[in-house]
Amino acid sequence: MRRDKQEAQAQFNRRTFMVGAGGVAAFAGIGAQLYTLQILQEDEYRVLSDNNQFSFRIQLPTRGRILDRFGETIAENRDSYRIYLIREQAGDPALALDRLSRFMPISDARRERVLRDLARTPRFQPVTIAEGVDWETFSRVNLHLPELPGVMPDVGEVRTYPMPAAFAHVAGYVQSAPPEIAGDDPLLRHPAFRVGRSGVEIARDAELRGSAGSLKVEVNAFGRVIRELPEQSRPAEPGRDVALTIDAEVQRFATDRLGTQSASAVGIDVHTGEVVVLASTPSFDPNLFVLGIPSREFSDLNENPLRPLFNKATNGLYAPASTIKGVISLAALRHGVMRPGERVTCRGSVQLGNRRFHCWRREGHGPVNMHDAIKVSCDTYFYEVASRLGIERIREAALELGFGQLFEVGIPMLSQAGGLFPSPQWKRARTGQGWSMGDTYNVGIGQGAVLASPLQLAVMTARMATGRAVEPTLYPRSAPAQFARLDFEDAHIEAVHNAHVGVVHEPGGTSYWSLGGLGVEGVRMAGKTGTSQVYSISAEERARGVRDQDDLPWRLRNHGLFICYAPAEAPRYAVAVVVEHGGGGARSAAQPGRDILRELILRDPAGRSGVIAARHAPINLAQGG
Amino acid sequence: MPVFTQPVPRDLRAKLFELNWAFVLLIVLTGCIGVLMLYSVAGGAWDPWAIRHATRFAAGFLVMLIVAMVPPRMWMSLAYPAYLGALFLLVMVELFGATAMGAQRWIDIGPLRMQPSEIMKIALVLALARYYHDLPPEKVSTPGGMIVPALAIALPVGLIAKQPDLGTAVLTGATGAVMVFLAGLSWKVIVPGMIAGVVGGITFLRYGLEEYQRARVMTFLNPENDPLGAGYHIMQSKIALGSGGLTGKGYMQGTQAHLNFLPEKQTDFIFTMLGEEFGFIGGIAVLALYALILGHCLMTAMACRSVFLRLVTMGVTTTFALYVFINAAMVMGLVPVVGVPLPMISYGGSVMFTVLIGLGLILGAHIHRAAEPPKGAGIFG
Repeated sequence: MRRDKQEAQAQFNRRTFMVGAGGVAAFAGIGAQLYTLQILQEDEYRVLSDNNQFSFRIQLPTRGRILDRFGETIAENRDSYRIYLIREQAGDPALALDRLSRFMPISDARRERVLRDLARTPRFQPVTIAEGVDWETFSRVNLHLPELPGVMPDVGEVRTYPMPAAFAHVAGYVQSAPPEIAGDDPLLRHPAFRVGRSGVEIARDAELRGSAGSLKVEVNAFGRVIRELPEQSRPAEPGRDVALTIDAEVQRFATDRLGTQSASAVGIDVHTGEVVVLASTPSFDPNLFVLGIPSREFSDLNENPLRPLFNKATNGLYAPASTIKGVISLAALRHGVMRPGERVTCRGSVQLGNRRFHCWRREGHGPVNMHDAIKVSCDTYFYEVASRLGIERIREAALELGFGQLFEVGIPMLSQAGGLFPSPQWKRARTGQGWSMGDTYNVGIGQGAVLASPLQLAVMTARMATGRAVEPTLYPRSAPAQFARLDFEDAHIEAVHNAHVGVVHEPGGTSYWSLGGLGVEGVRMAGKTGTSQVYSISAEERARGVRDQDDLPWRLRNHGLFICYAPAEAPRYAVAVVVEHGGGGARSAAQPGRDILRELILRDPAGRSGVIAARHAPINLAQGG
Repeated sequence: MPVFTQPVPRDLRAKLFELNWAFVLLIVLTGCIGVLMLYSVAGGAWDPWAIRHATRFAAGFLVMLIVAMVPPRMWMSLAYPAYLGALFLLVMVELFGATAMGAQRWIDIGPLRMQPSEIMKIALVLALARYYHDLPPEKVSTPGGMIVPALAIALPVGLIAKQPDLGTAVLTGATGAVMVFLAGLSWKVIVPGMIAGVVGGITFLRYGLEEYQRARVMTFLNPENDPLGAGYHIMQSKIALGSGGLTGKGYMQGTQAHLNFLPEKQTDFIFTMLGEEFGFIGGIAVLALYALILGHCLMTAMACRSVFLRLVTMGVTTTFALYVFINAAMVMGLVPVVGVPLPMISYGGSVMFTVLIGLGLILGAHIHRAAEPPKGAGIFG
């Protein structure tokens, strides 16, 4: 019995040892796993832990400003007041909105959207109730904040255009990046971030945008931010300011001057090529686009027959009409097909085969030389000149003066904005028909297939005024421009110049009576009117009593064109104006053109225009070489 | 007779003198670590866990000392009634129990809310110990001597597994099995039994698990497969431990724990938090503390003269060791998440009382190690 007991005890002790050994093994296994995790794999898990703990919140960069040539602000950022609601603190969201509606209007549609957004957002994340709230509402809500649990006012930056109408087309506007552009870029996907969508805003987006920063934050398992770690964050790098060559003051003046007409104006510094005015009317408010334009307002703009969204100054194409006559004259002098004094007798029309080509003056101008022909804009004279030159020689000169050429000034332009200068090859390709003398006649007076934008007309004017291959730009040049001389003799340039001065300053000039000069004491100007035909009044209509442009509906009336430059003695600024369906250029375009030119002369930085010095000095273009 | 026999202490003074004070100190130390960690879980506040844990531990500690003073004969006489009572309560839970987190574990008796499976852990140990105490060693491996323990283990384990509480079922079953082994079951029975057990276990895993239990087993096998689903807890626990490194992130500085990436950190995953805040050094220190406690338990078991006290001690020791092992292995991703707390450190009253009563029995066994209770004795016999 006792031996049994001792044997049993011994067996128990053996087996206890075995169990104990098993326990030791198990604990060793745990210790080994602990060692593996905490010592061998520490780095790996440390990274995973940091990934859990920290998160980077994007910091939006401040967008660079857009400035005019004198540093006046065209586009900037202002504080935007937003009102958010945080469900976690608000209790019942419907009640919270009811409380808030005592201090700010909340439409049913907005209310619905907010409630929908709240339902699919984590409880602690703010949902936007309103953005771009006015200061009065914002401060009222702030004042009553203690009564509004869960309501969170916030200030962020939003793009603003202080001169909306004047710069809508040039500066363009910013908007949220559409998904196809945003892709996976967290900056572009940020709801408060905007990218350039037109004008300078898109053309110089990379510089204006800056680069995003990141704020390191500690988050918990639910994504709530516990604290911010600014010392481990990278601040956003603000975008650079972009300066334009535009003179905001004159730009605004031009926009106002053109008013509600469907028109455009381009002003160029003829020595630098800097575009100082680039106006298109009617305009629109780019600020509407920044926070998302309501579709109704957008379709109103988009369907407006005056095409406010369209930049007519760069993309509008018109027959240059009589404004081309200086170009034809230069070509004629270059090739010696017409001596300056040589006269052509105008009888109001010429017969070519079975077609009759009319001069705008039905009763004719009588015998006119080149100076007079430009001054009175005699069509008959230019039919003759064109027929002597032939299309090829006309085209050669026209291309040198800027026709058919797309001038990249630094904002997006339509690819066809380079206009058109027809050639026999072009006509054959287009219509399958051969070139006729009639076509040459039409090109000679800037009609037919010839198309140019107001920007091109301004460049053409600058080139005629200086005899140099002026290139326009919207951004100040880093080095002074050195434009190559065009292959025209100075005497020829001067002859055409004098004729253009005569248009305004000599009796009988098409703009003599309507303008009576620049309106600046002692400063003369040069100009040329044009009337771009939109619709020709048929014999039947004439019989019905439709005699005049004013009898036609607006959309069928002629476009009025005017090109000009000043001071006549030492050209500095060239301006081109096109008033769509404004009737004759002398009537609709000349006065706005002259007024814009005068503003430019008056506002020209002191000592640069040479207005004062040039007043007494004789013009001396011949000296240039 | 042995060369010398110690006298069995009879009065309270003598018993207190014989109390294993080193053992008691280790237990108090463990409880204090629990309070410390729960203070950190609450982000540096006594409320809601640390203060209650401390109170419960103090109460449980007193109960432990009282249990240690009670003569073993009394436990022997209570063994069968306690077992039958616990079994009855398990059936009651099955029929009327409250459901918490998808499992029926609790039963309300008046104001008391209790977990019968916790009572069963102690009751089974006592009942098996008593059974083998009364059974002649040569009968342990006979069919008659095997059928009773087999049923005594299988019934409660089955009922607990059905609640379903897989962790406790495994714990209870394994404790019973170790006791049978220590009672002297012949290897001729053990080896075929183990083979049958492995086959049966595989069959059970395949067909006998609830859907969520199967999911736990599957995610345990490959936690990275499903990082935001069921494997999320294991993954986050491993990240917390691993990122703790050698020395840890510092007390109350555990980012995984305090930023809520860690689940149930006040209960099942408290070891993870400890490992995150105190690193490998802290984790190993706590494991060493448990190892010392278990060492004392083993010494006590081998010092006891009676089969009853030996088996009671080893039964409680096994349960305790399994608690620590399963919990630690679970948070390290070595075994599936089965919901087993870390004794005396995890927050939770029921388990702490069970553990402290069990440790009280071991302390009592140490005091009464020289006693040889009569076989087949009735109540107070």
